[in-house]
Parts: sequence; structure tokens; C-alpha cells
Amino acid sequence: MAMAMAALRREGRRVLLNTPSPAATMAALSRAASQSQIAPLGARSISTQIVRNRMKSVKNIQKITKAMKMVAASKLRAVQTRTENSRGLWQPFTALLGDAPSVNVKKNVIVAITSDKGLCGGINSTSVKVSKALQKMTSGPEKESKYVILGEKGKVQLIRDSRKHIEMTVSELQKNPINYTQVAVLADDILKNVEYDAIRVVFNKFQSVISFRPTLATILSPEVMEKESESGGKVGQLDSYEIEGGETKSEILQNLTEFQFSCVMYNAVLENACSELGARMSAMDSSSRNAGEMLDRLTLTYNRTRQASITTELTEIISGASALEG
Amino acid sequence: MLRHAARRLASRAAAAGSGSMSRRALATAQAPAEAGEDPAFLEAWKKVTTIIEPPQTPMSAMKPRPPTPASIPSKLTVNFVLPYKSEITDKEVDMVMVPATTGLMGILPGHVSTIAELKPGVMSVHEGNDVTKYFVSSGFAFIHANSIADVVAVEAVPLDQIDQSLVQKGLAEFTAKLGSASTDLEKAEAQIGVDVHSALSAALTG
Repeated sequence: MAMAMAALRREGRRVLLNTPSPAATMAALSRAASQSQIAPLGARSISTQIVRNRMKSVKNIQKITKAMKMVAASKLRAVQTRTENSRGLWQPFTALLGDAPSVNVKKNVIVAITSDKGLCGGINSTSVKVSKALQKMTSGPEKESKYVILGEKGKVQLIRDSRKHIEMTVSELQKNPINYTQVAVLADDILKNVEYDAIRVVFNKFQSVISFRPTLATILSPEVMEKESESGGKVGQLDSYEIEGGETKSEILQNLTEFQFSCVMYNAVLENACSELGARMSAMDSSSRNAGEMLDRLTLTYNRTRQASITTELTEIISGASALEG
Repeated sequence: MLRHAARRLASRAAAAGSGSMSRRALATAQAPAEAGEDPAFLEAWKKVTTIIEPPQTPMSAMKPRPPTPASIPSKLTVNFVLPYKSEITDKEVDMVMVPATTGLMGILPGHVSTIAELKPGVMSVHEGNDVTKYFVSSGFAFIHANSIADVVAVEAVPLDQIDQSLVQKGLAEFTAKLGSASTDLEKAEAQIGVDVHSALSAALTG
């Protein structure tokens, strides 16, 4: 008897819900449709399917970022030693020729060193921003400034608004471990294809796993160097040095600047690769941590919803039982 | 009460002391970085952008070189660098011999400042009775007025690590190549090979 009453009550409610107004029917239908994605029509508990899927994908992302962090960390160790060993290479040149970032010449070439791969924090945008500011600084009515870009990511960022200033791009430098010969060939290639009075190399100098500093190294062409040293400019006391070997002074100076460029490039490429790995390591570390936090939150929501549905079911059973008794 | 006062005083003094210490430490940390910067560059940079920090320059990243002393020091300070290694850093020695393109060059303290291009040959570092010999491929030597010599080489190996028989084999190979070379590039490459190998064998025998 009581059972029949309960059945009737449920039927009545359903009948009452089905009002004859078409607008309301439509609303009910669309609601049913939207609910059917989450839970089948008529199911009483809230479905946890979506949350579970989300949890699974976050867990997978976390696994990937963790693996990338490990890979970056293991690569970093080797590159860091090579970078630190290469730091002596450019110092004799700077001691001899000084450093003239403010030199004012006609043909400027900016060598922007970036990475080929992404997911490494802000190192590429830092290089690009510094290069852009430098381009603005060194271009004017009587002078021009061109880019030589190393690395895919810098190319992608600079090609948007400075396409006409790009002279040359090089990528896939880091396929094999960087060695001096490879960089020297590249430096030679740049020198052959680009006319310059001053080359400015922009790269990220590695400081620690969590920090790098944008750095600018300036290399002057032999002619500018000679002019500057004669006028007592910014290139140290080059005039006071005796020059041994070679037929003329300018020949030696050319060899010297070309060698300097290859040495500076070698160090710069290594420093940038090292900064990239460090930045990737810390970026991946923080994203795995974020994924972990998100996973915790989702797990909490998931458990809470599950608990709520269990409670609802229990309440229904208990109230049904008490209705039967009464 | 009094004891507390004393302790408070002491702690304040310590805090003040540590505060000033940290400030001083910061000041010394900043000083060399600023010394290396080019003021004209910083000014030009500020005109272009104020948001982005000016980049570091190599000058600020390296140890400043000492000024030229009034009297000639008794020792020569040598830096010998290779792309993959700093072989010798700030070492005080008696004499260095480098294979300049104009001939073997001995560098003693007080040598006139010179830029020398190097050819394949033996570089030796004399330190008392010890002589360390390296075979260098090519590079540059800079001798500064402050009795510091910088040698930059592309490749260098200690002389005792070179195998005599391989040198002879290489020499024969490149001589044959030089004979059969047809283009200028091939000829130049073979000539370099012959030069390096004959310098190597001369270094080993002599």
C-alpha cells in the first residue's frame, strides 16, 4: 500500500513537471540535453566522469613536465662545465681591445642568440626585447641596423614586426653538442654574408639554474678598430702595441677580429644553451608543482562530490524506509 | 630588569652591526659592475627604453687587469686559454716561448706590448727549472705592458701526448694530397696539413 503511494507520488511529480507550455518544454529539454553530457537522464547522483578525466590529464601533464625537468637537469650538467671552461676564451680580447657598446657606426649587425625549442621561461623574449631596443638605439637617419638571428624562437618573434631588418637566420645549432669548429664555421658564414662596422652579440649569460642575465658583446670591424685606436677612442691602447707577423697591420687586425668574433660567439652560444636548460628546468619544476596543486584541488572536489552523492543516496534510502514504516 | 636592558642593547647593536655589514657588502658587490659599464651606452639605452634593464657587458663580467707597475716585476703572469679549457690562469712564470709567424718569440717580464699571430709550433712555459711544452695549432698572443701575457689558441696538447708514428703517417698522407690537389681549396687544405705535420715532427725530433 505504502509502496504504491510512493510510486504514485513520483509519477505525479513527473506529470506535474511536464507542463503543456511549449517554452517550458523546450527549457526542460535543453536542460535535459545539457545534463545528459554529465549524467544520463534520470540518474540521481552527480556524475564524476569529467572530474576524473581532468584528473587523469593533469596527472599525465605532470608526468611529462617532470620528465622534461629531469632531461634538462641531466643535460645542464654537461653544458654547464663546458660553458664555465669556455669563459676564459674571450677575456684576452676584451683586455686587449676593451669594450665599446656605445660606439657610433654606420652599419650595425645585431646577432640575437635564442633557442630552437620553447618551454624555457623568458630567455628568448629577453633576448628579443634587448635586441629590439638595441636596434632602435643603433638605427637612425644615417645608419642602419640588421639582425642575424640564431634559433627558431627568436626568428618567430622578430619576423612579425622586423621582417625587413632580418639579414640572416640560423637554426638547429644545438642538434649536436656545441663545439668550437662548428661555431667557427658559423661565425665565418656570418662574416662572409653580412657587411658590418660593428657586430653586437646579444645572449643570455648563465649565472645559476634560476638566473641568467642578458649580455651584449661588441665586436668592431678592423677598419673601425683602426680608426678608433688612432683617434684614441674606446678600444684601449691598441696603438701602443707592436704587431708581429702578417704583411700589414690591417691584415693582422682582420685576423684578430675574426678570431675574436668566433671566440665570443662560441662562449655566447654555450652560455645561452646553458641558460636555456636552466630556465627550462625551473619552468618545468614550477609547472609540475602547479600540476600537483591542481591535482590536489581536483581530488578534493572529486571526493567531496562522491561523498555528497553517497549522503544523498543514504538519505533517500533512510527516508524511504521510514516512509514504509510509517 | 637591568640585565634585560643590557641584552636588548646588545641585540640592537648586533642588528645595527649586521645591517651596516650587509649594506657594505652590497655596496662592494655593486661597485665593480658599475665600473665596467660604459656611461655613454647607458645614457643612449635610457633614451630608447626605461622598462628593459640595460644588458650586461663583458667588461663588467671579467676581473679588472692591474695597472702597469712602475718597475718591471720579476715574474711574468700568463693566461693560456683554449675553447674548451683554461689551461693556465694567472700563473706567475719566468719565461714563455711562443711560435709567432715571424719566428720563435721569447717573452720575459717587461716585454714591450705586442700582438703576435701564432703558427703551428711548440709553446713552452719556463718556470724555474721546469719547462712545460705544448704543441699549439694556431692563435694569438697578446703581451701587455703590465707584464701579463695572454695566449689564445684553437688547440693545444702537451708535447708528450703526441704519437711520432701517426705524425709521420699524416705527413705522408698530406704530402700525397698536395701532389694530387687540383683546385685551390684542396691545395690550401693540403698545404695546411703538411705545415702542421711537419711542425709536429720538427717539434718531436728537435
